[in-house]
Amino acid sequence: MIRTRRAAAAGPVRTRKRGRRSPLASVALVAVGLLLTGGAYTLFTASSGASAAIDLNSAQAISQGKKLFQANCATCHGLALQGTVAGPSLIGVGAAAVDFQVGTGRMPLAQDAPQAQDKPPVFDDTQTKELAAYVASVAPGPGLPSSKYLQLSGNATRGAELFRINCAMCHNVAGAGGALTEGKYAPNLNGVTPAHIYEAMLTGPQNMPVFNDANISPQDKADIITALKATQQNANVGGFDLGSLGPVAEGLFLWIFGLGAIVAFTVWLTAKAN
Amino acid sequence: MANQESTEVVPAGRAAASSGTAVERSDAFQNPGLPPHRPRVTDSDPKAAKHAERAIVALFYVSIVGAVFAMAAYFAFPIHADDLASVRLNNLFLGLGLSLALLAIGVGAVHWGKVLMADHEGVDIRHPIRGDQKTRARAVEIIDLANVESGFGRRTLIRNSMIAAIAVLPFPAIFLFRDLAPASGTPAEAYSHTMWKKGSRLTKDPSGVPIKASDVTIGSVFHVIPEGLNDAPDMLEEKAKAAVLLMRLDPADLHPSKGRESWAYDGIVAYSKICTHVGCPVALYEQQTHHLLCPCHQSQFDITREAEVIFGPAKRPLPQLPISVDSQGYLVAQSDFHEPVGPSFWERRGDYNV
Repeated sequence: MIRTRRAAAAGPVRTRKRGRRSPLASVALVAVGLLLTGGAYTLFTASSGASAAIDLNSAQAISQGKKLFQANCATCHGLALQGTVAGPSLIGVGAAAVDFQVGTGRMPLAQDAPQAQDKPPVFDDTQTKELAAYVASVAPGPGLPSSKYLQLSGNATRGAELFRINCAMCHNVAGAGGALTEGKYAPNLNGVTPAHIYEAMLTGPQNMPVFNDANISPQDKADIITALKATQQNANVGGFDLGSLGPVAEGLFLWIFGLGAIVAFTVWLTAKAN
Repeated sequence: MANQESTEVVPAGRAAASSGTAVERSDAFQNPGLPPHRPRVTDSDPKAAKHAERAIVALFYVSIVGAVFAMAAYFAFPIHADDLASVRLNNLFLGLGLSLALLAIGVGAVHWGKVLMADHEGVDIRHPIRGDQKTRARAVEIIDLANVESGFGRRTLIRNSMIAAIAVLPFPAIFLFRDLAPASGTPAEAYSHTMWKKGSRLTKDPSGVPIKASDVTIGSVFHVIPEGLNDAPDMLEEKAKAAVLLMRLDPADLHPSKGRESWAYDGIVAYSKICTHVGCPVALYEQQTHHLLCPCHQSQFDITREAEVIFGPAKRPLPQLPISVDSQGYLVAQSDFHEPVGPSFWERRGDYNV
């Protein structure tokens, strides 16, 4: 008796639900989509950091790289790397510059902008190394960093001091990045592979100055990378860092949530009970 | 009763204003008086009152839970001496428990007052600040008596010497401020000169390793301190004035003014790192635009045109350090800066360039 009544009551409710989607469904769908995209992006960028064993001097790598270059880069940089009005000459930039620009996805350029942005790389690691081999074969330049400087085994204390003196004014003391002039910016260094950090210091991509080995020695660079990774991996003692952006983010948080709570309590305190 | 009093005060104020300036406004704001008293739900409905009572009791119990949680968290998340991150959890949960305990007591007490305690509305009119004649006369009497008994008005020599003593007392403080200035010479003198002198080598910050001109490739930036700075007795004060940024540009990009052509060496230029606005270190160098950006107030300096200000609040270009190379190929200063580095000060002379 009870069971039948319950079934009868549930019947119309169920049919109505089938006809109209819950308002939360679209929110959940968007959340799932965002999670999938973000997850795929993380996987993609993480996999690009793996280094493939390729001999940069092998004739095969150079000829493969030449083909890739002619098909993908020569429009702006010229068939002989001499540069055009659309892009700078690549003579003497070396394998390190190619590995950084192509490996972080900055090249090929997606659009004309104040500066090239890092994005999922177009070429896989082998293709990137082949391009680097070709560019390095045309004229000598800074080579790929030796893996012994990328092991995060340097002196983090010394590296942090060098970072504060040479890098922190643009990249923020925690490596969170910062604004430059006219839409340019120093990128966030969190999640950048040690090899790419090393190559950026060595070659000075875009508006970043060059820090050659006479200025910051290879061991100094290894120390800086060690310090950066230590900063990013150590648990933050102070709680939420709010992007490590300093007083701007912290002030905004306090103004909105701190003052908001005070205003809300004041309104409640002075309101009459009904 | 209260309303009557307040309406009496207003005409009195009007009468005090001069008849020539007082303007009678036809649309003057009328005092609407108090809104009618509205009984609360908890006054009329015993069920609602019971419900409110339970809510208040629950809030006080929540406070007890918070306090107990704080005590438990103190032991559950101990601080380990070798793990700084343990401070975070300890503080977080201790703080959450204690703030819950305090907040719940406060909210409960206010809620109690608002919904259950007696609901009388009353108005307290501010009493006038001016005392009545009797009080004022008595105050004058007391002061006169004190004057007579102390002899403050009669013994003028004692009184005046005491005033003089109090007046002189703050002067030593002014002299103590002298300690903020350098021990020898005037502050202006100290601001006007740095450690740089003819022949002192440019060395890397912080190692103090001298820099060869050939090491400074195009697009490079070196953060530079003068030779011997690390051994200087007042190292930080000297560094705050002598810090220099060294850059190498294509010599064709530089546009030196007359008399300053020899201050650079083969495209290598050295500029003071201390902003001429309020003294922040200016070191955000863009190697393609050759602009230097100050991170504090966004002043921009164009290195190709002797660091002239192209944006922002700075008024003067960054002072340039004249450099050359010694016989071993190391970069050396030709002299000190030709003008004081950093922000303006009262005694700053503008003719150091001569």
